[in-house]
Amino acid sequence: MKALTLAFAALIATSVAASAEDFSQPLPPKDVHWSFEGPFGTYDRAALQRGFQVYKEVCSACHSLNRVAFHDLIGGEGGDGFFTEPQAKAIAAGYKVPADPDEKGDTTDDKGQPLMRAAILADHFPAPFANENAARASNGGALPPDLSLIVKAREGGPQYVYSIVTGDGSPVPHGFKVIDGKYYDPYFAGRNISMPPPLRKDSVTFSDGTPATVDQEAHDVVTFLSWASEPKLEERHRLGFGVMLFMLLLSGLLFLSYRKVWSDAH
Amino acid sequence: MSGPSTYVPKSGFGRWMDSRLPLMRFAHDTIITYPTPKNLNFWYAFGAILTFMLGIQILTGIVLAMHYVANAGLAFDSVEGIMRNINYGWLIRYMHANGASFFFIAVYIHMFRGLYYGSYKSPREVIWILGVILYLLMVATAFFGYVLPWGQMSFWGATVITNFFSALDQIVPHLGSAIATWLWGGFAVGDATLNRFFSLHFLLPFVIAGVVALHIWALHVPGNNNPLGIDTKGPQDMLPFHPYYTVKDSFYVALFALVYLAFVFYAPNFFGNPDNYTPANPVVTPPDIVPEWYLLPYYAMLRSVPQKLIGVLVMAGSLLTLVFIPWLDTSKVRSTRFRPMMKQFFWLFVIDCAILGYCGSQSADATLNLGSFELPLVWVARICTLYYFGFFWVVMPLLGIIEKPKPLPANISQPVLSPAE
Amino acid sequence: MAETTAPEPTRRDFLYIATGGVAAVGAALTAWPFIDQMNPSSAVLALSSIEADISSIQVGQQVVFNWRGHPLFVRRRSPQEIATSKAVPLSDLIDPIARNANLPDNAPATDANREIKPEWIVVVGVCTHLGCTPTVSTPQVPQGEYGGWLCHCHGSQYDVAGRVRHGPAPQNLAVPPYSFVSPTKIKVG
Repeated sequence: MKALTLAFAALIATSVAASAEDFSQPLPPKDVHWSFEGPFGTYDRAALQRGFQVYKEVCSACHSLNRVAFHDLIGGEGGDGFFTEPQAKAIAAGYKVPADPDEKGDTTDDKGQPLMRAAILADHFPAPFANENAARASNGGALPPDLSLIVKAREGGPQYVYSIVTGDGSPVPHGFKVIDGKYYDPYFAGRNISMPPPLRKDSVTFSDGTPATVDQEAHDVVTFLSWASEPKLEERHRLGFGVMLFMLLLSGLLFLSYRKVWSDAH
Repeated sequence: MSGPSTYVPKSGFGRWMDSRLPLMRFAHDTIITYPTPKNLNFWYAFGAILTFMLGIQILTGIVLAMHYVANAGLAFDSVEGIMRNINYGWLIRYMHANGASFFFIAVYIHMFRGLYYGSYKSPREVIWILGVILYLLMVATAFFGYVLPWGQMSFWGATVITNFFSALDQIVPHLGSAIATWLWGGFAVGDATLNRFFSLHFLLPFVIAGVVALHIWALHVPGNNNPLGIDTKGPQDMLPFHPYYTVKDSFYVALFALVYLAFVFYAPNFFGNPDNYTPANPVVTPPDIVPEWYLLPYYAMLRSVPQKLIGVLVMAGSLLTLVFIPWLDTSKVRSTRFRPMMKQFFWLFVIDCAILGYCGSQSADATLNLGSFELPLVWVARICTLYYFGFFWVVMPLLGIIEKPKPLPANISQPVLSPAE
Repeated sequence: MAETTAPEPTRRDFLYIATGGVAAVGAALTAWPFIDQMNPSSAVLALSSIEADISSIQVGQQVVFNWRGHPLFVRRRSPQEIATSKAVPLSDLIDPIARNANLPDNAPATDANREIKPEWIVVVGVCTHLGCTPTVSTPQVPQGEYGGWLCHCHGSQYDVAGRVRHGPAPQNLAVPPYSFVSPTKIKVG
């Protein structure tokens, strides 16, 4: 009886997926290392700043970042960000957001354009498109997803997003038909992706002089997007370390107390 | 079992309160002097662990409710507001989400313990049934709670589960649809559904707390079972709950909390599904709708039956079966330690539940590669479902008749030659 | 029925005290996040400071901004209003304290202590009696006898410097912490 049970369990454990190139399945994500992986991981500040630059100059043309506010960019005391307050303010001021109605109650100017004002720290990153329909109309019917949570919203997290972004535009293998208007990405389900290859060598010029290879741009933008999805990661790891030590101490003391109380039982 | 109360108030105020509302006497009798068998092992700590987890869930839940907005247009954003803006909001949210998973880990261990040691047998049948009721309340609470963040899985999980009721149309025309519409408050899962689920999710934990009180009261009448499954013979077999079991339970609670907190701080999304970080979209169905892990075995059973109504009845039957266990098991011996045949079937049952869980986690058309052919997992689920029901309805009644149990020890206090199992 | 007696600790063991103490500290540390979560969130704090554009405010006109959930009155005074206000002796005032967050707590309520630039009065538009929003007085529609504000709830009156001149309000309207980042923009909070 027991042998049968074990055999059954072993059978399941040894099942593997078919290994011939199966175009209906995407490739598993690339195995890339991140500064924030593991229990002691932190976000590399320089990578965050470069990654933000990549988002701003490349991705934000199509992808919104709705849940991140400009004040979230502020680092230092109590902040989870990677810019100083004056820097964050300056970044905010470079964006325009819809203004409140004027005294007459108009929300558009004489030419029918919406009234805009410079963004402040309390504002969120404005979206590139007014609504879903506008986004689809500008992207051949496809909706570029908001990126605020993209790293947590996809199986494989940062590995997956990195693979998608670097795998987009890979050489099409023999026998695979790419749908008209789409691009080949072996890491994407179905392998046809609507997004054109987003990154090229030197798409951006990093202010710290780091060479802007596709790999570097991808690595940095995914670091930034991971931060956007999980800004509290560093605080969580920090607090967690203290909590684990405390719980070990408390468990140890309780264990000794338990042994002592029970030493006279029977 | 415990005899008359031995509480003596130590102060004037103590005497005054004792004659008006004997709270201290009650505490004294139920958790200080309460006689407990002295041979309880690690598996008996999960009652205390469950109480601890209920407390954590209520505390974190009440705090989350200060910031959460139960409106379809705002719910997802309010949860992200908790994660990003509220001081320690991320911590409280992750404690609550992982708390649910660890609550279920604890309850499953607690239930398996009850099965193994025969704690459901006379005279503890009502404790067991109250426990089944508690489990069902937990499942309902967890289901309502998972809908609240209004992610893709929240929405589509709610849609799938509430659609079960429409299967009743096959028994009474229009009945199932009427019930589903009534549950939804509309023609599909929507804002009305979300609001009422929030209300119920807030209510049920307090109902659980009340039933827990009944569960513990019912326990205190006959007293605890023990790993040997034999009745305690007298005070020589017992120890007062305090300090022996207060300290022992505290230790195990701390260990459990350590593992729980390790997940909260270092793998907070391990038990979750990434699709729930995408806001609910009624027009886009995720490729694989899966419930949370603790409901996967039922999901597997449901999907193993091709006919919708029968599938729902099988799933309901699997839960209802639990109520009858005290009467299905015909053996006079409580503890599986002394039931060599039952032991095999028990562990097979545990593995069976795990396999069912695995089947539930895979997509409906998943297969197992056996080299020469692909075995659809749905057949694995069918076999496992058959065993699930067979274990309770065939094995339990039969084994009491045909099994030859090992000789039972005379009592708990006598030093036993081979005590450990 | 005789009971098994638990061993009564004849003296408090250090181990038990240490364990209990560590557990108590843990409970206190755990309590803090549950208390702190009710404090203002980072989204609320981001709005704790605003920059108000005052360039379009005419002489004799008031504009109301939203600051920390309260109305903020920014009023541009005429030369006559300034002169009148400066001429008011301190002894005439119900509340002799300036109530100006930019000055020490005991600064007297002279007109100069109620402003940074005499032309601009910036006060929190919350009546110091029970919290209603006072109505501004204009030459066309005077409110109260002091040309400042009248609170319609219980009849408190304020002058053009926002000082209470007729009760039941006990204090002058609060002057929030603010500064001029440019001649046409003030930062409040």
